Amino acid sequence: MLLQINNLSVEVSGKPILKNIHLEIEKGEIAVLFGPNGSGKTTLIKSIMGFSGYEASSGEIIFNGNKLNGLSTEQRVKLGIGLMYQHPPKIRGVKLKQVADFLSSDKDKISAFSNRLSLNQHLNRDINMDFSGGEMKRSELFQILLQNPELLLLDEPESGVDLENIAIMGDVLKDFLHQKGKSALVITHTGYILDYIKAKKGCVMIEGSLWCVGNPKEMFESIRKEGYEKCKECHEPQRVE
Amino acid sequence: MSLKELNKNIDLKDKDTISSSGMDLSEETRSASFLQQDNQVQFSRSLIDGVEITSTTEALINDPLAREYYGQAFKYLNREYPQDTDGGYFIRVKAGKSVELPVQACLFLKAQGFKQKVHNIIVVEEGAKVYLITGCSASHSANEGFHLGISEFFVHKGAYLNFTMIHSWKEDTSVHPMSIALLDEGASFVSNYVCLKPVKEIIMYPTAVLRGENSRASFNSLILSHPDSLQDIGSRVILKEKNTQAEIVSRAVSLGGKVIARGHLKAENKEVKAHLECRGLILSEMGTIHAIPEMESDYRDVCMSHEAAIGKINKEEIEYLESRGFSRQQAQSIIVRGFMDVNVLALPEILKKEIDDLEDRTLKASF
Ligand SMILES: Nc1ncnc2c1ncn2[C@@H]1O[C@H](COP(=O)(O)OP(=O)(O)OP(=O)(O)O)[C@@H](O)[C@H]1O
Ligand SMILES: [Mg+2]
Repeated sequence: MLLQINNLSVEVSGKPILKNIHLEIEKGEIAVLFGPNGSGKTTLIKSIMGFSGYEASSGEIIFNGNKLNGLSTEQRVKLGIGLMYQHPPKIRGVKLKQVADFLSSDKDKISAFSNRLSLNQHLNRDINMDFSGGEMKRSELFQILLQNPELLLLDEPESGVDLENIAIMGDVLKDFLHQKGKSALVITHTGYILDYIKAKKGCVMIEGSLWCVGNPKEMFESIRKEGYEKCKECHEPQRVE
Repeated sequence: MSLKELNKNIDLKDKDTISSSGMDLSEETRSASFLQQDNQVQFSRSLIDGVEITSTTEALINDPLAREYYGQAFKYLNREYPQDTDGGYFIRVKAGKSVELPVQACLFLKAQGFKQKVHNIIVVEEGAKVYLITGCSASHSANEGFHLGISEFFVHKGAYLNFTMIHSWKEDTSVHPMSIALLDEGASFVSNYVCLKPVKEIIMYPTAVLRGENSRASFNSLILSHPDSLQDIGSRVILKEKNTQAEIVSRAVSLGGKVIARGHLKAENKEVKAHLECRGLILSEMGTIHAIPEMESDYRDVCMSHEAAIGKINKEEIEYLESRGFSRQQAQSIIVRGFMDVNVLALPEILKKEIDDLEDRTLKASF
């Protein structure tokens, strides 16, 4: 098992957000996380990354046999976890190129990815500063691919991206995830990204609990038709197998 | 004698200090040079026509023009200034001359406890354009040094002066510059100030007077504050004529010292435009940054604004870089480095690279 989350609860600013989450992702597996706005999807990802304020109040996160609780973000990244932000911050004076050069010493790889993602003009700009919504997403994808983690946490990679660029990003991502041993946890509202990746498992987060688990495309269709309320009718919150 | 030859007599450590205040000791990338150690003028020569460079002491003896300018800027504002100065530079760029490579001047403190007092006069005649870089620094041997620098800038009609000053002192040096720039019609004055090394105390409040229509001034500074230092640094622009413009931008980072970042914009005419921006990062519990922006106008028809922001580094920004694999330390240093962006200064390309490298070295050593 690559990622194993047991009984995880997280409080943010004193408010319980995640409740007894169970989630497993196998090596090479791609899991999809659905759920309405504010249900706790991003919180789960921040908690996996070990951001301050998102510590587990109970439960554990195990990655490749290492217990992550208590480890710094840097240590978690070193173990092979990478994040593509839903809303990345802007950093004044820090160039995208600086981060790219840090992530990879392979100049050809950097220019290949920046070409494919049309980011050549952005390399010398301050990270995310005045980037358009779609450019920000491409820059996030660009960075996580250079980082080359084993587990990719993709928080709404395609939201706000036009169809043409979704196709470009989707293809790049598909090629990347094709490599042996790459796993991902993907959050999506639009479902577009599902056309490009081979996701086996889907789950739904509602009010901080994981509910349903099943085939992601079927789940997406049913959410599209009947909304999230239907998921709730399904059962009690479920333990994801 | 060339600066290179003189260079051979300077001890290695001092050479480093002098270079790190922006001097090119090879003279290759400069069009004129001036070097004063304590009260001794060691070197002054111009490599091109149209640029005169000499010690003020000498100029006051030999050059009636220098006598004409001496003290005029202070008189203009009815301000007192010390007369017991010894040396400093007199630079004159003749009318219409556009000087490609920067002119450089260095004021160096060497002897223990020496009190250096200089009077600089910079004249940029009508339609001329010049970049001037001044490095002020103290030798490792110059304990308890003191530097008083009086500078008068005369930027005439349609002229352009880009003045960069790099302070590279020691933790026990006290520094009191006094500067006034007078700008005639259509003139531009850009002042770039960089202070990254420890210092005991710097108190300065240079003033630019826009006394000609359509003239403009900008003051940009990058300040790093080390524990136990006081940097009380301001910039003032008096917008006396119509259609004048001013901008004051400062970035200060406190590693534990105290910074007072002042700015004063004073509109004495209508249809003027001015902006003041001050950003500060405090990295240590002991650090203090006090931003004091001031704006004054007797007229309605002006456009003046300011923004000031002080705080610690945004946690989100650090975490973002950490999520890319940077350590906390690295993330902090790269954000500070970005905050102290050399592009805040309005530098010519040739100096941009030099100052960027200088920042890299200094910041690396400070973290
Ligand atoms: N730092 C915080 N302080 C207060 N509340 C927070 C904080 N972070 C998250 N929350 C709250 O936790 C809840 C879950 O937020 P989260 O960002 O995880 O939602 P999400 O499922 O990713 O939603 P979306 O689909 O809109 O991105 C929200 O109600 C949010 O306002
Ligand atoms: Mg979210």
